[in-house]
Amino acid sequence: MNRMMVSNQEIRDILSTVTDPEIPVLTVEDMGIIRNIDIQESKVVVTITPTYSGCPAMDHIATDIRTTLKEAGYESEVLSVLSPPWSSLWISENGRKKMEAYGIAPPMEPTSDKKALLGGERIVKCTHCGSTNTKMISQFGSTACKALFQCADCLEPFDYFKCI
Amino acid sequence: MNTKLYEYILLLADNPLILGHRLSELCGHGPSLETDIALTNISLDLFGQVRNYFQYAAQVQGLGKSEDDIAFLRYEHEYRNVIMVEQANKDFAWVIARQFFFDAYHKPLLEQLAGSNDAQLSAIAHKSLKEVQYHHHFSSEWVKRLGDGTEESHTRMQDAINHFWPYMGELFEETALEKEMKENGTGADLVAIKPVFKSFTNEIMAEAGITVPSSEWSHSGGKKGTHSEHLGFILTELQYMQRAYPNMTW
Ligand SMILES: [Zn+2]
Repeated sequence: MNRMMVSNQEIRDILSTVTDPEIPVLTVEDMGIIRNIDIQESKVVVTITPTYSGCPAMDHIATDIRTTLKEAGYESEVLSVLSPPWSSLWISENGRKKMEAYGIAPPMEPTSDKKALLGGERIVKCTHCGSTNTKMISQFGSTACKALFQCADCLEPFDYFKCI
Repeated sequence: MNTKLYEYILLLADNPLILGHRLSELCGHGPSLETDIALTNISLDLFGQVRNYFQYAAQVQGLGKSEDDIAFLRYEHEYRNVIMVEQANKDFAWVIARQFFFDAYHKPLLEQLAGSNDAQLSAIAHKSLKEVQYHHHFSSEWVKRLGDGTEESHTRMQDAINHFWPYMGELFEETALEKEMKENGTGADLVAIKPVFKSFTNEIMAEAGITVPSSEWSHSGGKKGTHSEHLGFILTELQYMQRAYPNMTW
C-alpha cells in the first residue's frame, strides 16, 4: 500500500475511535490533544499534547493511537509537544456536550476560573438537576483535570472540568 | 553535551521532584479526603513537570539515558534541591507552610522562565504555570484558614512558619551557574523574584494573623549537593525499585 494515498482526514477518522481512558465518552479529537498529523513515506507521525504535565493517560493514549493505526494498516510514530500548552478551550463543542451528559460539568471560559482564583464567583451548573446553586468543595478532584462541586439543591456531588 | 544546561535543568527539577515525593507520602494519610486528594494531585502535577524537565535533560546529556535514570540513579550529593523541600510532613500545618513558601517562589520563577531563550525550558514553564497557579491558590488559602482559625490551628501554623522560615533564603541564593544562565537569557533572575515572593508571603501572613519572623539567617548547601539527613531516607524509598531491580521497567 502506498502510504501517500491516505489523507489527513482518513487518519483523523480512524483516530475517532481512540478515547480518553479517564473520560471514555471523549475521543482524542474531542479533547483537542491531536496537534498534527504528518503522512510520510513509510509512516504516519501523530503529534499530541498533554492536558496536564502529569496526566497518566497520555502514555496510554499514545499506545492506543499506534495500535489503532496499526490495525488499520498504518505504521505510526507518536510525538508529544508542550508548546503551545493545552487549553480547555480546545475541547470541541461536541466534546463539551458529551462531557456534560457523562456527568462532568464542562469548563467555563478561562477568565471565569481566573476570577474565581482571585476570589470571584463562578457559576457552574449541576450535572444532575441543572441548578446553578452550587459550590466548590475542592479545587482538586478525582483526576488532575477536575474539581469537586456540590449542588445545594439536590445535594449531590459532581465533577467540574477545570479551565487551564 | 551542554553540561551547564544539563546542570541548570537539575537545579530547576530537583525541587519539584523531592517536594512531589514528600507530598506523595501523604497519599491515603491526608487530614480529610479533599485535602488528601488535593495534595496528591499537586504531587502528580509536580512529577509531570519533573518528567518534562528530565526528558529534556536526558536529551541534552545525549547518552541515550531516560528521565528515569536521572530521577532514580543519582546519589545524594548529585541532587540539587534546596533543603526546605526535604523537610518532613510533621503535621498538616508543616505541609502547608512548606508548600506556601515553595509556591510563592515557584510561580514567579516559572513566569520568568517562560521568557527563556531556550525554547524547551520556555515550553515547560508555560505548561507548568497553568498548574502551579492552582497550587499557589490552594496553599495560601490554607495558610489563611489555619492562621485565622482556632487557637490550636493558629499555634500550629505559626510554629510551621517559624520552622520553615530559616530555609527560605536558599531559594534566592544565586549560584555561579544560575547567575550565568540568567545573564545569557536562559535562566530565571532569582534577585528579581525575591521581592515578588516577599510581598506576596507578607500579605498572606498578615491576613492570616501570623507573625512574620525577623531572622535573616538561612540554611544552605542543597544546591551544591550538601543536604540534610532527610534526603538519604527519601532516596532510599524513591529509588528502591531501581536499586533492587536494576533496569526494571513497568
Ligand atoms: Zn443538583
